[in-house]
Amino acid sequence: MTLNTPYIDWFGLSPVLTLIGTAFAALLCAVLVPRAVRRIAAASISAIGFTAGIVLAVWLYVDSASGHTIAAGAYYRDRWTSLGQVIIFAVGLGTTLLAVEHVPGWGREADRARRDDHVAEFFALLLASAAGMAFFVGSANLITLFLSLEWFSIALYVMCAIDYDLEGALEAGLKYLVVGSFGAATLLFGSALVYGATGTVSFGGIASAISSQGLTGDTFVVVGIALMVAGLGFKMSAAPFHMWTPDVYEGAPTTVTAWMSSATKVAALLLTFRVMTTAFPDNQHLWGWAFAIIATISLAIGNFAALVQNNVKRILAYSAIAQAGFMLIGLSTGSALGGRALMYYLIPYAASAFGTFAIVAARERELGVPVTLDNLAGFGWERPFLGVAMWFFVFGFAGLPLTGGFVGKFYVFAAAYDAGWAWLVIVGVLATLVSLYYYLGIVRAMYMRGPEELQLQPGGVAVSGGAPAKETLLQLAVGAALVVAVGSLFAVEPLITLARHAVSSLPV
Amino acid sequence: MNASYLTSILIWLPIAGAVLIWLLPLSRYATGALALLISFAEVGFWIKQAAHFDFSQPGLQMSERANWFGELGVSYHVGVYGFSLWLVGLTVVGMAACTGYGFWVGRERPRAYFGLMLLLTGATVGVFEAQDLLLFYAFFEAMLIPLYILIGVWGGARRTEATIKFVIYTMAGSLIMLAAIVSYGLKAGTFDLVDGPASASRWLFLGFMLAFVIKAPLFPFHGWLPEAYREAPPEIAAVLSGVIAKAGLYGMLRIAITKFPDPTSYYRTTVLALAAAALVYGSLLAFRAPDFRGVVAYSSLAQSGLITLGLFAGTDLGFDGAVLQMVAHGLISISLFLIAGAVERRTSTGEFRLLGGMARGRPALATLLMTVGVISLAVPGSASFAGEFLILAGVFQRDWWWAAIGAGAIVLAAMYMLRLISAVLHEARGSTVSDAALDLRPGELALVVPLVAGLLFLSAWPAGISHHSFFGPSPAAAVKSGFK
Repeated sequence: MTLNTPYIDWFGLSPVLTLIGTAFAALLCAVLVPRAVRRIAAASISAIGFTAGIVLAVWLYVDSASGHTIAAGAYYRDRWTSLGQVIIFAVGLGTTLLAVEHVPGWGREADRARRDDHVAEFFALLLASAAGMAFFVGSANLITLFLSLEWFSIALYVMCAIDYDLEGALEAGLKYLVVGSFGAATLLFGSALVYGATGTVSFGGIASAISSQGLTGDTFVVVGIALMVAGLGFKMSAAPFHMWTPDVYEGAPTTVTAWMSSATKVAALLLTFRVMTTAFPDNQHLWGWAFAIIATISLAIGNFAALVQNNVKRILAYSAIAQAGFMLIGLSTGSALGGRALMYYLIPYAASAFGTFAIVAARERELGVPVTLDNLAGFGWERPFLGVAMWFFVFGFAGLPLTGGFVGKFYVFAAAYDAGWAWLVIVGVLATLVSLYYYLGIVRAMYMRGPEELQLQPGGVAVSGGAPAKETLLQLAVGAALVVAVGSLFAVEPLITLARHAVSSLPV
Repeated sequence: MNASYLTSILIWLPIAGAVLIWLLPLSRYATGALALLISFAEVGFWIKQAAHFDFSQPGLQMSERANWFGELGVSYHVGVYGFSLWLVGLTVVGMAACTGYGFWVGRERPRAYFGLMLLLTGATVGVFEAQDLLLFYAFFEAMLIPLYILIGVWGGARRTEATIKFVIYTMAGSLIMLAAIVSYGLKAGTFDLVDGPASASRWLFLGFMLAFVIKAPLFPFHGWLPEAYREAPPEIAAVLSGVIAKAGLYGMLRIAITKFPDPTSYYRTTVLALAAAALVYGSLLAFRAPDFRGVVAYSSLAQSGLITLGLFAGTDLGFDGAVLQMVAHGLISISLFLIAGAVERRTSTGEFRLLGGMARGRPALATLLMTVGVISLAVPGSASFAGEFLILAGVFQRDWWWAAIGAGAIVLAAMYMLRLISAVLHEARGSTVSDAALDLRPGELALVVPLVAGLLFLSAWPAGISHHSFFGPSPAAAVKSGFK
């Protein structure tokens, strides 16, 4: 008996495979490498993996002008995939830099004997989750979609809870697990309904089945789409599927939060745009409205809830929900312009989201307590570089012309207006206005109160006297994020050209 | 000769200077000196720009254009017209004086402070030179960021509320403007201000106008003004009323009136009524204000109303007078706020009931405050008399009662300004005025005297601006043609 194996384009899968390989190598560090050098060895492997991933993804971008599916129609080798992978891997590289100095528990007072306990596993999980996301953005049928979703989610569940000494980390991990599984189950149920109605799992096949059999209004298809929208909504933390986000972002180690808030969102939004435009082009009127409403709810809930928070990680979590709302505006148009707007927006967004959490991590390591608006006092003057970076990032989130966030907002609004949704522009404008209050609040907390106003919660271990630790790698990561965020304001044309090529591989 | 590089230099030199100051670990003195040097270089470049400007030629001059994102028709397009040239000049001169003031009083955290001042200079020049709507918007917003931090960090005791109010008010206006820009640009297929067609949409006009009337401000959108002007450090209040407010008025001229001719005439009466209300109401409040800065702040509201009257009169004289008055009032209010700062430093208060009798033994202070005050109340022969006269004559051509209201308000100006002068300089000596309070020092004189000299020069030759702002004999025709 002969087994017919499909032809596999190994090169097309190489970014994913590289990361899987390096993930295993990092895991081996945990048992093979002596404790003294384990941290640096695992981090190096991670950095090498992400760098190689970026190189291969760029190569594939250049080499995949005409997008097509590979591996028996399971995975797209096209520029949408490659560009998404470059963004994810770049964030991964930044997270690696951030994680080198990451110690479990609160800050440098942590138990020295245990600080390197799980460091190799951490990098292995980071690489594995990145591999999952990379596969997720390229998935071409419902099976690989679900598989890769679970793949990176499971890695993230563990990463959230990896610092089991950390107050709230286990809770965060468990909460993410439960809610995330619920989201995944919703997605799976939706996928099953769509498969049941159309008899195929491939995105392209679903689209042709729907149009040839006139299934646009079919109950199973419509309910299936609705459930898929909800399931994907969980992953991109859009309201009303956002309940887990503030708690998980707050409870997880800040390094992990930085990774989740930027990379997961990139993967989820890019995949959603692909799935909706490729598999359900005839139902655009349905999912377009659905996402427009989800965007509106996200903008409202994210921004208003952020106003009353005091914990900076929670503020940024709600801001992430609101930012998802902005990107969903672009997504909901389902047009090529919307796709470009989404892709462009993700670049400064990913850099800024990563950067803000990295800065929070720096303050956290310094103080040894959760960072609140109160204990940010004086931070801007003590750490001028991180302070300036922070106000660039948050003003960029607010749409002020300091980072590409400004152009991103403009592009998203242009896409919505172009699609005839002027009301969505107004919603976005009003949401931006509300968001200003808490973004300015962060800057106010950092600069407009002196260090003498610093108030620590009981149990804090503020560094008494002396300069704060020079976290060179963290500063380097923040610097890189700042360069990307600010650079994207000036280099709009080149980035849009990249996005245009990426969108051209989608049927929009 | 091609001097278009000057346009970009005026924007980017201070921004580069700001980055330099943040990067270099200079001492307090060196930081201030470097910032001041860059401000002076700005003035020098502006003089060179003015020297190269050809007033006999229509259209945009010294323009530079580069692609920003071509897909939506957005470009980096900068250039100057006659009237923008004068406003750029006001900006660089005013910012140099205010930066000098910050240097003179020795602001804390000098690297942050001077960097932000330079950033503000670059952004404000950008507003007056941008010829692309999105670029204009970017600079318009960018002004807000340094202002927020400058007031919030170096401001008075109630700075927090002042900054929040200021930012939320102005951003509310500008975000609505962003929606209007998106709509206008996508319909027109370009965001270019020179190439863009005129539009008849009333909604878009209102969207733009909202941003401008908040920035200017006009009644009833001035809620942020008193607190911002009182809580800001004096030099920042000077910038706010002297320069930043002019960005709103400039926007009315360059965008709202030029690009929306039909809605302009449709809403003309409404805007004129708001402007007249601002003029009268501002003057009355200035007369009632209990402190130095309050008077100047509310008089700025009144002046914004007056200039808007000139702009929306839509007549030749109105436009000429409005541009002249923008520059004249800019210089006046910068001088007054700096003098207010000097008085507050000596007495630690600006309240009239604690001040008085400062003229005795302080001839320089008395002379300067008198001179600026007298020019400000539009005594015949002064620059602001010329400006106000042109505006009133212009609006008279529209309808006589507007001119009657305006003329009445100018009487009020004399009342509040004389009250200010007598409350500070004359009357019985105030409880906070001690003999130890010195006269203006040479450093302060070096900042204010050039501004006053500029005012005197404009008083002698107001036509220098009023006849050199628009191409051709008829400004109204130039505006109607979209400055082509």
